Amino acid sequence: MSLGGFDVQVLRENGFATEEMTLNMGPQHPSTHGVLRFVVRADGEIMTEAVPDVGYLHRSIEKISEKVGYHGFMPYTDRVDYVAAMPCNQGWAMVSEKLAGIEVPRRAEYCRVIASEFNRISSHLIAVGTMGMDIGAFTPFTHALREREHINNLLEELCGARLTFNYMRIGGVAWDLPPDFAEKALAYIDRFEPLIDEYNALISFNKIYKERLVNVAVISAADAINYNLNGPNLRGSGVDFDVRRDIPYSIYPELQFDVPIGTGEEGTVGDCFDRYMVRIREIQESCKLLRQCLQQIPDGPVLAKVPRKFKPPVGDAYVRVESARGDMGWYCVSDGSEYPYRVKIRTGSFTAMSIIEKVSRGLMIADLITVVASFDLVAPEVDR
Amino acid sequence: MDTAAIYSKLKERFGDVVLALETEHAGDPAIRIQPRAIAEVSAWLRTDADTAFDCLTNQSGVDYPDRNEVEVVYHLYSYSLRHTCVLKVGVSRDNPLVPTVDPVWKTANWMEREVFDLVGVVFEGHPDLRRILLPEDWVGHPLRKDFVEPTEYHGISTKRESML
Repeated sequence: MSLGGFDVQVLRENGFATEEMTLNMGPQHPSTHGVLRFVVRADGEIMTEAVPDVGYLHRSIEKISEKVGYHGFMPYTDRVDYVAAMPCNQGWAMVSEKLAGIEVPRRAEYCRVIASEFNRISSHLIAVGTMGMDIGAFTPFTHALREREHINNLLEELCGARLTFNYMRIGGVAWDLPPDFAEKALAYIDRFEPLIDEYNALISFNKIYKERLVNVAVISAADAINYNLNGPNLRGSGVDFDVRRDIPYSIYPELQFDVPIGTGEEGTVGDCFDRYMVRIREIQESCKLLRQCLQQIPDGPVLAKVPRKFKPPVGDAYVRVESARGDMGWYCVSDGSEYPYRVKIRTGSFTAMSIIEKVSRGLMIADLITVVASFDLVAPEVDR
Repeated sequence: MDTAAIYSKLKERFGDVVLALETEHAGDPAIRIQPRAIAEVSAWLRTDADTAFDCLTNQSGVDYPDRNEVEVVYHLYSYSLRHTCVLKVGVSRDNPLVPTVDPVWKTANWMEREVFDLVGVVFEGHPDLRRILLPEDWVGHPLRKDFVEPTEYHGISTKRESML
């Protein structure tokens, strides 16, 4: 039938006439994790599809790399994913080192892992905190943010910044650990670890909370791989893969840690609850890693000798780093000059966003918020 | 399987469309494929039991004006066999047509949109080839080396004089 000039489909159930509507969600929306937009087609509360519209935060970071040189690009990598900037630093440093064949001092590798793991915890705290907030539980968010502040204090002591760290350098890190850092950090981890159980008691196994997550947006392992989901989103679907263990880099092969995967403990493997729980468990694993690093860190230099005019030989390299949002791919082409010829950054949020159109079919509108939160999307990382 | 072994397997199966094994440069070795054959080769790499590349981890476009070529680079990974492979195809800058690999790996849908948007490669058979990061009415492809930054966008200047 025609209504106001538009063709509409009318479904009748129980005597009610309904019609499909096209709704706009975003780009400014408190729970869309940054500036992104969905075009939602819904009949009542049930979505027939939600099509993401991205690009609002495109800052042409890849293009900038071609103008600023290898060393100069490091602060820009912080802005790719500002919630977890350390792994971005590490990815850029590693791809440059791979091209030029630079050996990184062991103490610097330890500093990198310490910084990255602290950053992973603080990023996952944001993820699990906003997960609660997005579906209406505000208090757990304040608990998560309180702990994140302590970690930010530690990272500020380490590198002077709380968000965009610019800590790593090609060939190592910018600064050694400050005096007493290891003691302070270990004391903090001792204090922090029991709080994870407290957090779980507060929200993770709360019945109302579980009702919103369990069996929502189930993604099979095959789909997760086909759509190239990464990190906790991939492991949530039961795929036992972690770049730190399976494509080892830095000093991870020498450290003991487990890779938590989704088991469908409350419902189906690959639902929102599994993705959430993987993050909680990864926080515990990061604590384990930090303890080992802080106790084992050797003495020595923290920066290899790298020329100011850094000119890697002609070639191209691809490295993968386990960021908080999963496997982050850095592809760099060098033409032998002091400027990168081309840089491509493949991020976990980008591929997670691409599966939303598929998983949203048949979900309630309110569940779209849960799905976005369960993927731990960071919009600037999608758009770069 | 390492790249050399995958290359000889491909060469045996597909013959002339598999152009070269590139190992001279710094970084990762790569296999160069004729653009026409990329979808077919990808589908085979995905299904063959010895290669089993179930994931396209990254797809990038690189512009080389001095040899009048746009290159599309495919970084493959196999979650079951835990090995990697890099494929490259080069097409003319003036008529950059590459068959889509969207039917092989679903993730290619968005990655190809990005390569189209920023580098201007047209993926034949792609179900939804629209710009993804830039506005729909943007002119040109910014990661082409000869891209000139426009002076304004809808009357908004892209330059500001320094206040100092």
